[in-house]
Amino acid sequence: MTTLRTAAALTSALALCASLGTAHAAGGDVTVGLQLEPPHLDPTSAAAGAIDQVLYSNVFEGLTRFGPDGSINPGLAKDWDVSEDGLTYTFHLQEGVTFHDGTTMDAEDVKFSLDRARAEDSANAQKALFADIASVDVVDPATVKVTLSKPNGNFLFNMAWGDAVIVAPESIENIKTNPVGTGAFTFSNWVQGDQITLTKNADYWGEPAKLDSATFKFISDPTAAFAAVMAEDVDAFGGYPAPENLPQFEADPRFNVLIGSTEGETILSTNNAQPPFDNPKVREALAHAIDRQAIIDGAMFGYGTPIGTHFAPHHPDYVDLTGNSAYDPEKAKALLAEAGFADGFTTTLKLPPPSYARRGGEIIAAQLRDVGIETEISNLEWAQWLEQVFRGKDFGLTIISHTEPLDIGIYANPDYYFQYDSAEFQGVMAELNEATDPAKRSELLQKAQTIISDDYVNGYLFQLAQLSVVKANLVGIWENSPTQATDLTAVYWEE
Amino acid sequence: MLRYTLKRLLSLILSLLVASLVIFAAIEVVPGDPAQYMLGINAQEDTLNALREQLGLNQSVVSRYFSWVAGMVQGDFGVSYTYRTPVRDMVAERLWISLPLALYALALAILVAFPAGILAARKRGSFLDSTVMGVTQLGVAIPNFWFAMLMVLLFAVSLRWFSAGGFPGWDNGFWLAMKALTLPAIALSLQQASILTRVMRSSLLDTLSEDFVRTARAKGLSTGQALWRHALRNAMIPVLTIIGMQFSFLIAGGIVIENVFFLPGLGRLIFQSISQRDLIVVESVVMILVFAVIMVNFAVDLAYAFVDPRLRRRT
Repeated sequence: MTTLRTAAALTSALALCASLGTAHAAGGDVTVGLQLEPPHLDPTSAAAGAIDQVLYSNVFEGLTRFGPDGSINPGLAKDWDVSEDGLTYTFHLQEGVTFHDGTTMDAEDVKFSLDRARAEDSANAQKALFADIASVDVVDPATVKVTLSKPNGNFLFNMAWGDAVIVAPESIENIKTNPVGTGAFTFSNWVQGDQITLTKNADYWGEPAKLDSATFKFISDPTAAFAAVMAEDVDAFGGYPAPENLPQFEADPRFNVLIGSTEGETILSTNNAQPPFDNPKVREALAHAIDRQAIIDGAMFGYGTPIGTHFAPHHPDYVDLTGNSAYDPEKAKALLAEAGFADGFTTTLKLPPPSYARRGGEIIAAQLRDVGIETEISNLEWAQWLEQVFRGKDFGLTIISHTEPLDIGIYANPDYYFQYDSAEFQGVMAELNEATDPAKRSELLQKAQTIISDDYVNGYLFQLAQLSVVKANLVGIWENSPTQATDLTAVYWEE
Repeated sequence: MLRYTLKRLLSLILSLLVASLVIFAAIEVVPGDPAQYMLGINAQEDTLNALREQLGLNQSVVSRYFSWVAGMVQGDFGVSYTYRTPVRDMVAERLWISLPLALYALALAILVAFPAGILAARKRGSFLDSTVMGVTQLGVAIPNFWFAMLMVLLFAVSLRWFSAGGFPGWDNGFWLAMKALTLPAIALSLQQASILTRVMRSSLLDTLSEDFVRTARAKGLSTGQALWRHALRNAMIPVLTIIGMQFSFLIAGGIVIENVFFLPGLGRLIFQSISQRDLIVVESVVMILVFAVIMVNFAVDLAYAFVDPRLRRRT
């Protein structure tokens, strides 16, 4: 309990030192290019990462927040106490916080936000984050007590998601077009189809933003993105969509290229309930038939970290299991023969729109052909993919990047689209959900990674890289993407 | 003239009705659930159902068709599933980019095509004529998005005279907005100007060899006078047809160019809405485009009657 409090205080002290220690030019404007435009501006009622990409941390804040390295830091809650049984979280809120419309942010707003997210008619895309909350009680204006129905070691992490930000009942009606949050930037204007402008919040409760304003421009076409950066129409492009151009930017002194990591495990998702993939031998053969590096080089121009399980390599609990499924076509053929498929078989490979899937799919198809597996490739739009693959489970193989942070728990759901059903794994996850001791959690997370790797549930390809191109004198843009966000609160222009 | 107009009007209404049925049916059969698209892969079944209920997706197909048509007649195009703003407002906003862009491109095309076509026809067989024919041949062949990219590389990336795309909005000054539309308009008009030049030239050559032009020459008019007073007006029918067709093309054909220049126009709206399964927006925007095309054709039909009195009498 006390350790948590100290840690929280320490983090904010460190942040303060860091900001005092650097000399920088205050003010200025920044224009950030992004590929996808948000459909609307309510992060609590859509899955679209594009909403968080613009608003997370800039306009909206949660009780806790993600740091650039993925750590969980205090947000609107300056600290918290956890009861011995792990069932009660008492959050102490920052004082003097106001929403951008001038109303005060207090415990009532926290209760409103959490209750709204878990309500029966809630449209929250990540409703599961709130599933364990039994009740939210206002102790006093600066204190909220959240009671869980069972211990959840992920609770503070869950509260940092963009889907769990604090909103106000006064402004909820128009949140989709006029978001009112508590962040260091206020929403100012949205030219639909083109740009969103944020301006500095002069009354911010914490360390104020250094920029005067920030504009997000939405450029979906990779060639147009290249031209916009080159013409300096944008000062930074987060999630730059054309990796083939990066060497050109690296050679140009006007720009910095940031190569970071995301939470996106890119996998060759396999329908574990569909023959022949219900046979672990076949899945093992599949794993050995794949040359990860060739896919990273061919589909991602070399950007990406090979993975051997469904876990982010930058996470402290990551276990490198790539050796478990090393590229070995001969072994793959032998395994197929053992499983009764000496002459191979034919299956479907359904590819969603991103280039990692489309380009990667062609390469994987060729690699599988070498061991005797023929694939019928079909290219799908997102909506079709969701319908056929995700809901309909009508697929043999598909390629997809699972971008939610720490989402290994999906393997515990036997109805999830790849239909992996393992009592052992489900047991580990149940234990993990109730474990609050860090050492125990690490051990369980590592065990979970090993189980799915040994069961060859899916083909584990690579961790999606976060590629950004930034003007050379713009400082503070996140290199990694621990959540889908463009946190501009600490960004500044160097003189 | 009145009967002719009424007849055209009746066929216009029929076309719109058929179009609405076809569009609705076509879009209803497209697979994909808008609610699932919006809420993503972690959404729970109860959340999805709540959203479908909110969007009215749980109603029957027939009742959705009728409420859509009934709404449109009253000028209400429904509310976008994803943006949650009225489709009418969204389209109106986007139209303020697509329409000026199309008009700008058409004006450029006409400004280039008329003089070039007339000049080429007058100096038939000359060096000037073959140059015009050669350049327009090239203009027809070059894909406009490729030409657009070349212009961006030259004028935005190398010379830095223009920005690579985007639109500052009309509020920030007329000339700034026009400047942002200039490269897209040139890219869009290249093909149209080339086609129009060639049509203008050949149509003028045809009429110049007609008897009435010879008669005009015989009564003492110079070649130039005969061309301006008699041939040009008669050569306009095919040219008007092409302009009418081109205008519809320019509005719809902006999809590609709007993506190259990331302009927030109608084309990009359709493109986004289709992938997001924002069915109501797709249906309404396509319907509006159909309406625009039919109206333009209607106007062209009336313009025929205006330049050619024979058409008025025949019907």
